[in-house]
Amino acid sequence: MVDRIAALGRLGLAILSSLGRSGVFLFRSLVGVHRPATGFPLLVTQLYALGVLSLAIIVVSGLFIGMVLGLQGYTILSDYGSEQAVGQMVALTLVRELGPVVTALLFAGRAGSALTAEIGLMKATEQLSSMEMMGVDPLRRIIAPRFWAGFISVPLLAMIFTVVGIWGGMLVSVKWLGVFEGSYWGNMQASVSFTGDVLNGIIKAVVFGFVCAWIAVYQGYDCVPTSAGISRATTKTVVYSSLAVLGLDFVLTAVMFGKF
Amino acid sequence: MAEAPHIQIENLSFARGERQIFSNISLQIPRGQIIAIMGPSGTGKTTLLRLIGGQLKPDAGSVTVAGKVVHRLRHRDLFKLRQTMGMLFQSGALFTDISVYENVAFPLRAHTELPEDMIRDIVLMKLEAVGLRGARDLMPAELSGGMTRRVALARSIALDPELIMYDEPFTGQDPIAMGVLVKLIRELNETMGLTSVLVSHDVPESLSICHYGYIVADGKIIGEGTPEQLRNHPSERVQQFLQGGPDGPVPFHYPAPDLTQDWLGGGHG
Repeated sequence: MVDRIAALGRLGLAILSSLGRSGVFLFRSLVGVHRPATGFPLLVTQLYALGVLSLAIIVVSGLFIGMVLGLQGYTILSDYGSEQAVGQMVALTLVRELGPVVTALLFAGRAGSALTAEIGLMKATEQLSSMEMMGVDPLRRIIAPRFWAGFISVPLLAMIFTVVGIWGGMLVSVKWLGVFEGSYWGNMQASVSFTGDVLNGIIKAVVFGFVCAWIAVYQGYDCVPTSAGISRATTKTVVYSSLAVLGLDFVLTAVMFGKF
Repeated sequence: MAEAPHIQIENLSFARGERQIFSNISLQIPRGQIIAIMGPSGTGKTTLLRLIGGQLKPDAGSVTVAGKVVHRLRHRDLFKLRQTMGMLFQSGALFTDISVYENVAFPLRAHTELPEDMIRDIVLMKLEAVGLRGARDLMPAELSGGMTRRVALARSIALDPELIMYDEPFTGQDPIAMGVLVKLIRELNETMGLTSVLVSHDVPESLSICHYGYIVADGKIIGEGTPEQLRNHPSERVQQFLQGGPDGPVPFHYPAPDLTQDWLGGGHG
């Protein structure tokens, strides 16, 4: 029994120290700012690797999720004779929830895991160490551009996801199932508010981008530099990012849309 | 006393978890000489280089490089000091995603504002010094082990450092590659006046090029001297290490409980 309590205490301390270390790590990688001439190309390379190359999965998933929403929405709403409201339903679901959440989950799986593996392998092959011995701080040179690129990409990807999803919903409900196009767009315009829905969705995406990018670079930098260590770190990135996104989503939703 | 030594290590102690790696060692590395630090694997020779480079902090004592106490430097000053040091990692640690040319150009691009044609001249000069000017367009994955180390060497001298540290440069090299590395280390020391710290367990090669050597075991310095003095060292442990005796003062067996007890004891493991 005492052993269990002691183990619990140790676990708590380990979690706390890991949080502290990752906080210090993030702070140290973000305080030093590059000269724009060196920093900007590094950022652009990472924006391409993390953002542009994630576009395919984001667009395809967004399209299918929008189409499924259109189909489900039509089936449910037509029971009540209100299938004109399908546009409003698709848009609100995507803008408020699915856009930011699914984008963040996909980003963690597609780009976050790649980041962790890349940084972990650089650590295992002493590339980070040798950079440090050359007088180049790897936190600034390697970590910072990757973090910023993730942080910038996720909200943009979420917006693209949402737009493609709304278009996919239109394809199914209007072009296929015959909902009147005017009511699809009209109901949407009447019910989606810019500050209440769109802005809150973007805030969610910004928060998720921050968390996913942070977890990915920290897990890579902090991993045990062996093959098993890197594989564990990659798994942790995906698991922790997903849990953090889903947990934070609930908290943010409660704050933004809860009517207490 | 003449010139102050380039590196001065005083009463250094360092432990990793439970394991004491160094207890209270002191040594000096004068400017412009090749100093070999030899010892069995696992005695923390690489750790010593990391302490000199400021990647680790000592538990007690101090490491002074060029008059500066390394672990008390501020972040920015430490990175400035490191620009005057080169380090050759055991694995080479080349950046795997860029070519040989870009690898050697990396420190130049990071620390200088030189125009591109000047960088090109310096890179080709450094690659010429290690005999790999023709390999500049290869990727690190296409190089042999010996070539990797030579490229890494070219990269670590790109900024013309005052000090270069070699971490096990001979390990896993064929005789020809080893000969090339011995020649390069000696030439760099003579032509550039570099202080060279050579960490190795390859005794004949190390003794053939060093001016002075230290032998480290169990966290202490067990012998030091010029190559001649070391070869005639009275200590049995030094002789066992230099001649490669399998058993002696350094036991063949890793510390373990009595064999009979271990067999009869059962239990785990």
